[in-house]
Amino acid sequence: MKARVHVMLKNGVLDPQGAAVRHALGTLGFEGVNGVRQGKVIELDLAETDKAKAEASVAQMCDKLLANAVIESYTVELI
Amino acid sequence: MRAAVVVFPGSNCDRDLAVALEKAGAEVTMVWHKDTDLPKGLDFVGVPGGFSFGDYLRCGAIAARSPICRSVVDFANAGGHVFGVCNGFQILTETGLLPGALLQNAGLKYICKNVGLKVENTDSAFTGGYKTGQEITIPIAHHEGNYTADADTLAMLQGEGRVAFTYSDNPNGAMGDIAGIFSPNRRVLGMMPHPERMAEPAHGGTDGAPMFANLINALIPA
Repeated sequence: MKARVHVMLKNGVLDPQGAAVRHALGTLGFEGVNGVRQGKVIELDLAETDKAKAEASVAQMCDKLLANAVIESYTVELI
Repeated sequence: MRAAVVVFPGSNCDRDLAVALEKAGAEVTMVWHKDTDLPKGLDFVGVPGGFSFGDYLRCGAIAARSPICRSVVDFANAGGHVFGVCNGFQILTETGLLPGALLQNAGLKYICKNVGLKVENTDSAFTGGYKTGQEITIPIAHHEGNYTADADTLAMLQGEGRVAFTYSDNPNGAMGDIAGIFSPNRRVLGMMPHPERMAEPAHGGTDGAPMFANLINALIPA
């Protein structure tokens, strides 16, 4: 089973990279982009076959390493 | 004073920190990140600057989960003095020993230059050699030095005298101009600027030297 973890900066946390991307889109003529937030995607290839167990295990991985709860939030998608 | 400096793959200020401590009179042991235990009888642990583990995932995130860091956290929780510089500060926030996080600089650029710092609190072994409000010049060299914390944490740090240094002219967007913070007992200090790079005349200045001199005086075994 594979899991895809999306890690994003929390709302309200400054994202200078996102702001720079938004600015660059504007200079390319793409108008109406009100905001850009940049995050990361982490794909995990898991030996676990039980969906509930995999979800619980990936949540622990996120809490302990993959995301920093001070500044980031995450969502997990099993695929 | 018996000191240890932790070395991670990608640390690049470990020897600078060791030299500054030795010049001030400390006996320094280097400790590898895979070691599980710190040497016995330590007074001080330094977590140096650099790019531990290539800054993969988040700056300091992987180093903070290394075997030695469990011992560093235990050492701090037992009342030991721990000093994190630059990447070391990032590592200490990732371990949870210090609150908040270091984000990318607001201007997106890596900045390497001397900056003015204001000494905010002198009630610690680290800062006792300075005067409150004293302006000192110390170099910074970082891409992720933008200190961030939620409003409650920020108010707590400021209200409890846990801000050690602030920038005179904020280079990176850090909240409250914060350059360095203490743990509640002020025995753990994390700061982005590098006092070990301003510790002898050949460095172009000695404003970092009082920190190391005062640590030696404060941590002499009774």
